[in-house]
Amino acid sequence: MTQMTGGTDAVSIAGVDKVFETRSGQVQALSGIDLTVAAGEFVSLIGPSGCGKSTLMRLIADLDQPSTGTVSVFGKPAKDARIAQDYGIAFQQAGLLPWRTVEENIELPLSLHGAPKAERAARVAELVSLVGLGDFADRYPDQLSGGMQQRVAIARALAEKPRLLLMDEPFGALDEMTRERMQSELVRICAETGAAVVFVTHSIPEAVFLSDRVVVMSPRPGRIQEIVTMRLAATADREEGLREQHEFFDMITAVREALHQGSPVAAVRGVETR
Amino acid sequence: MGRAVTMNPRTEVAARTIAPIVVGLVVLGGWQLAVTVGGVDDYLLPAPASIIDQLVEFAPSMLSAGLITGTNALIGLLVGAVLGIVVALFAASARLVDWMAAPVVAALAVIPIVALAPVLNTMFGADSQFGRQAIAALAVFVPVFINTLRGLRQALPVHRDLMAVYAAKPGQVMRTVTLPTATPFVFTGIRIGSSLAVISALVAEYFGGPRGGLGGLISTSAASSAYPRAWAYVIISIVLGLAFYLVTLGAERLAVRRRS
Repeated sequence: MTQMTGGTDAVSIAGVDKVFETRSGQVQALSGIDLTVAAGEFVSLIGPSGCGKSTLMRLIADLDQPSTGTVSVFGKPAKDARIAQDYGIAFQQAGLLPWRTVEENIELPLSLHGAPKAERAARVAELVSLVGLGDFADRYPDQLSGGMQQRVAIARALAEKPRLLLMDEPFGALDEMTRERMQSELVRICAETGAAVVFVTHSIPEAVFLSDRVVVMSPRPGRIQEIVTMRLAATADREEGLREQHEFFDMITAVREALHQGSPVAAVRGVETR
Repeated sequence: MGRAVTMNPRTEVAARTIAPIVVGLVVLGGWQLAVTVGGVDDYLLPAPASIIDQLVEFAPSMLSAGLITGTNALIGLLVGAVLGIVVALFAASARLVDWMAAPVVAALAVIPIVALAPVLNTMFGADSQFGRQAIAALAVFVPVFINTLRGLRQALPVHRDLMAVYAAKPGQVMRTVTLPTATPFVFTGIRIGSSLAVISALVAEYFGGPRGGLGGLISTSAASSAYPRAWAYVIISIVLGLAFYLVTLGAERLAVRRRS
């Protein structure tokens, strides 16, 4: 199921709480999170808005720090992993620099970290064809569709061959057809690179199609409700046809039930906290 | 409903160019007629033809006056823009500097040129252009500072996150994200400042100091009842102001090209 290469886990989260100080008081975003992502494993975080799934991803990326508990990436504290460039990241917005061409955007992390010019050019050419944007290398982001921009962002995230990819609803703004195509491409890219992925999403079919395990979260405060293991073909072998097979629907149902099981209770709890 | 007749793009460009020219010619023709046929007095409104006469007759003086005022405005524009950008960079990097600068800039923004000109002329002597250049620089400083500071704070959260992810050094963040984001704002400030530079340099000449600039000659001509000549200098002033505006507008367009 999951390939246990390298020995250390890609991500290891233990006893994490996150409290935001706001003007109207404290907001508990995450509570008692324990989660381990093995090397090469694809894990999706799914849950309703406000369940803290993006916050959890930002903690792994060291863009925010936990209030209590520890987050480690490949055995290092999250901060060291960020400074060592151990992960690549793609956000919901592509976040391309509009004054740089496709190539220059993909090259950005490489040039910031002083990779030699020849090496940079070779890697960029490789990535541009990996995400199928060969004809658009010298275009500017405003000349690309949303899906193409997102592919550039993914290529940029892959530029330094990270063993861990963090993706925060990268396909959230795309139409359903583009979205499915991007998912298939992501499956292919992950198989080629062998990277572990933490993938934040709203979409149950997307989570099921992509993941080894789906982490179902509940809101206020954000906590892990259930972790559903996908009993499907290995992620590398998943193809379009899977979307129409009954085991795919079984897994969708499983995730769906995990998402909905706690909701009456959660509603009561929600009333109490207000 | 209410939609104008559609034209093909070529015709539309031509029409857009020709329309204002036609308006200009009609106004000039009407003006000339009003003066020659309608008998409007010369001191009230000189005829376009006599203004053009003066433009031609005093061409060397027109040119040198334009150069003097233009040079003052240009020096003011450059110095004011550089100062505005540099101070804005400091203000953006340290809140404390911003708090210190804010009231000073507010004070500078409301200083009337007419109030400052006589004082500076006295301070720097009757044969110095420095006072005028300083006034132009002050007038330019304010919009450049305000716009640059604003621009330096426009970096998108996703871009800032990205720089944090890459563990970029402060200098790299500045070069990769902050400055490119601010650039169009800087140029907008400079464009606004460019017109102010010409106006300030020109108005400052009314309050003493060396003669020879456009402002000085407009007031001298008007005082000696040479109204067509005064109008001719006014036209040169307009041309000068337009030139500053168009050049900076062009620069702004270049800078904004890729930032939709």
